[in-house]
Amino acid sequence: MIQAQPETVLSVEELCVDYVTDRGPVRAVDRVSLEVARGEFLGIVGESGCGKSTLLFAIARLLSPPAEITSGAVRFNGRDMVAMRDEELRHLRWREYSVVMQSAMNALNPVMTIGAQLKDVIHAHDHMGAREIGERSREVLRLVGIDPVHLRSYPHQLSGGMRQRAMIAMALVFTPELVIMDEPTSALDVVAQRSLMVQIKQLQRKIGFAAIFVTHDMSLVSHFSDRLAVMYAGQVVEIGDTRRLFAEPKHPYTAGLMGSFPSITGPIEPLVGIGGAPPDLAHPPAGCRFHPRCPRVMPRCSVDNPDFYNQEKDLVRCFLYDGRAAGAERVSQLDH
Amino acid sequence: MSYLLRRLEFFLITLWAAVTVNFVLPRVMPGSPAEAMLVRFHGRVSPQAVKTMEVAFGLHTDQNLLQQYVGYLGNTLHGDLGVSLTFYPSTVVQAIMLGLPWTVGLVGLSTIIAFVLGTLVGMLSAWRRGGLLDGILPPVLIIVSAFPYFWIALICILVFAFTLNWFPLSFGYDLDQQINLSWDFIANVLWHGFLPALTIVITSIGGWILTMRNTMITTLAEDYVKMARAKGLSPVRIMFMYAGRNAILPNLVGFAMSLGFVISGAILVEIVFNYPGLGYMLLQAVNNEDFALMQGLFLLITVAVLVAVLIADFLTAWLDPRTRERA
Amino acid sequence: MGVNLVADPTRAVASPDAPRASVLRGFGAALLGNRKAMAGTALLVFFALVAVLAPVIAPYPPQAILFDQILPISPQHLLGTTGNGQDIFSQLVWGTRESLAIAILAGLAATAVSVLVGVTAAYLGGVWDHVLDLFTDVFLVIPTLPLMIVIAAYAKGGGFWVLVIVIVITGWSYGARQLRVQALSLRNREFLDAARVRGERSLYIVLAEILPNMTSLIVANFLGAALYAVLAAAGLQFIGLGDPNELSWGTMLYWAENNGALLAGSPQWAIAPGICIAVLGGAFALLNYAFDEIANPALRPVKRRR
Repeated sequence: MIQAQPETVLSVEELCVDYVTDRGPVRAVDRVSLEVARGEFLGIVGESGCGKSTLLFAIARLLSPPAEITSGAVRFNGRDMVAMRDEELRHLRWREYSVVMQSAMNALNPVMTIGAQLKDVIHAHDHMGAREIGERSREVLRLVGIDPVHLRSYPHQLSGGMRQRAMIAMALVFTPELVIMDEPTSALDVVAQRSLMVQIKQLQRKIGFAAIFVTHDMSLVSHFSDRLAVMYAGQVVEIGDTRRLFAEPKHPYTAGLMGSFPSITGPIEPLVGIGGAPPDLAHPPAGCRFHPRCPRVMPRCSVDNPDFYNQEKDLVRCFLYDGRAAGAERVSQLDH
Repeated sequence: MSYLLRRLEFFLITLWAAVTVNFVLPRVMPGSPAEAMLVRFHGRVSPQAVKTMEVAFGLHTDQNLLQQYVGYLGNTLHGDLGVSLTFYPSTVVQAIMLGLPWTVGLVGLSTIIAFVLGTLVGMLSAWRRGGLLDGILPPVLIIVSAFPYFWIALICILVFAFTLNWFPLSFGYDLDQQINLSWDFIANVLWHGFLPALTIVITSIGGWILTMRNTMITTLAEDYVKMARAKGLSPVRIMFMYAGRNAILPNLVGFAMSLGFVISGAILVEIVFNYPGLGYMLLQAVNNEDFALMQGLFLLITVAVLVAVLIADFLTAWLDPRTRERA
Repeated sequence: MGVNLVADPTRAVASPDAPRASVLRGFGAALLGNRKAMAGTALLVFFALVAVLAPVIAPYPPQAILFDQILPISPQHLLGTTGNGQDIFSQLVWGTRESLAIAILAGLAATAVSVLVGVTAAYLGGVWDHVLDLFTDVFLVIPTLPLMIVIAAYAKGGGFWVLVIVIVITGWSYGARQLRVQALSLRNREFLDAARVRGERSLYIVLAEILPNMTSLIVANFLGAALYAVLAAAGLQFIGLGDPNELSWGTMLYWAENNGALLAGSPQWAIAPGICIAVLGGAFALLNYAFDEIANPALRPVKRRR
């Protein structure tokens, strides 16, 4: 049995997440497949309600009822995390992968000092002596540019940017292979956002972790991500190299997004936008989920559900690329 | 620090309010009942004591209201609350001292047990949503906590004391025993105190469980709990240190504030069981129209509640670093 | 800042300021779907019916001394007779009126005071808020029963109205605090600013904008106050501070206790009114809790999936 390449840190295969409601299950994440290579920075973008946060929590195995994973696999270094029990998962958590959340003020325990919370997480996974814990804590705070004196501070005593960086410091305490970030910059102002992103990128280069970065802010993530995945209505509709995606968006939704905001450098063009509204996930449209709003819709789109099609090393979920352009292959499952 | 100062200010103001209520009431209520009481004292009590009482109740004095008020405040601060009709010739303070240890023991112990148990159960039931505990407890407890304290007391007496004969019917100890500190006596006291304590715990625990459960449920949805799970901390640690410690904060405040209600219930329990505490004493005072004792008891009970509130405030400040800085 | 992906700005998440009609409809639906609410309502309706139909249901005049004392349970006397020779069952039925009346009247009055003080404090803000808040806190902390006892004792053991007044005096503070907190959170919302900009007067703002949004909390408060009233009235009457010649469940308990009913062969004399008090209180408590759940969906029962 050949293991997945050690180059692939995370592999999500046909993952489905349902919310169980009184009116029946609502599929928030529909057959999502993606891969993250070692040291790679993958951005996941999409509008509110597209399921990107749900996807993230599913990957991190942090879903709570009524949400649950109904099918698919999440392989971390080859091991399927969906099948694992809580006890096994606990050993993986934080040592191999860690999570950074949106609002540090809410994500940090308000009644414990930063130092105490660091100590907690170290204790949970390692048997370091008190002095080592202190050293490691100070080291990791310095890494993100926080004065170690703040080990004794409470979360509410730090500024927003510092809190966020403290969270990142905590996430890196075991130098994990993968860091999952859920809109960590949304709560910050523009300047702090950029400086945080730059710092994350530096840390990534220094320590070598892979990162999944979920956001609704495309322009911000586009400067820093290697690859970009675009989500719509619970599905990944396009995934590929960031530069290429921006320059030549293939999926009509991605194209619409690119046309929704002006370029500072380019010529002045009227904004196009995307008409209509995202679908109700309890009753998604038949066939392709985007077809009611698609400017290039074909009759087939309202009937069949498109799979991923390989298009110059990018994957696109659109019938436009089904056997049309040269080199297009139908990809229903990842088989790298 | 400023938080604690504010709480101290509150303590003093409430104390002042209670004392003032005691001052105002006899002067406001129709029919001048205090006058009738004082008549019964004449000739049996020292003139000095009568003077104090007159100041307290505003009778037969040539002083104006303000002078009376000042005099009354002075007397109270000196611990002179008058003479008790019921326990004549003891002073009110002496009489209260007799009953105080019984009430403090019974009510204090039962309330603490109920609070600790209730909080734990509430925490557990919220932790395992949808489990047996969570499904059955809330409706059952809602109903039980609506039962009047004294009725539960009556039922307890009927079932455990009268029918099953496991416990004595009333009072704090066997009347043929001397009050001393021997193990025998203490055991006797505990045996007598079990049913009253049980009653208080049964009726009050429902409230603690429910409020803790509700705050815990809200806390469990917080991001930092999710984060703690993400970090792979042990479930026990999360439940106590992350969720529990945050969920209990509003409960502590509620605990202190609801002490007034708990004490009220305890008074009724004492009455039903003829337990020789302050509650029972209050009933005796009412039946004897012993207003001095009544007011003294009211004042003391208020002070007790206030002290408990203050303690709870200190605890909150200790447990929640954010309150220490709130202006 | 960057560019956010919002395709259609008019598609907003449902806001809490949804149109009034649909809120009421949702309310009704939630009420019907909530088992606790249904149970509580059913009980209340039952008691109300008994109170109204008392002349029809009760076999004998309640206070009439017609029979032998302390008769056991029999078909003629469903609950036996009292130490004075009165039919206990009839007393129980007729007693419903006063007990229910005290609960509802005192509950309403206490809630009214709570709303007045709480909302005014929140709306005025500043010094007045601080003063009213302190005022509320003082009343909240002062132990209720001792205060009630002292006042009632001075009033020479009052009847119906003394009880109501005493209950209101001691019971309004809890609700006032809750309402003030909610009113404060509402006060800072944009739709109030919008009303002010429109030039609406303060009173209108309070009545038409703030209060309707607090309906569920006000109702919950009433239920809590009614529960408190039931227990407080019963407690006071049990001690003997109600008017023993009035007929309510509490006074029945007083007479039962005074005659040593529990131990003298007529325990149902004490148990029956106690059960009624407990059940009436329980009805209010159930409804109160149901309203909590309606207001906060996170508290609703969860089905466990394994």
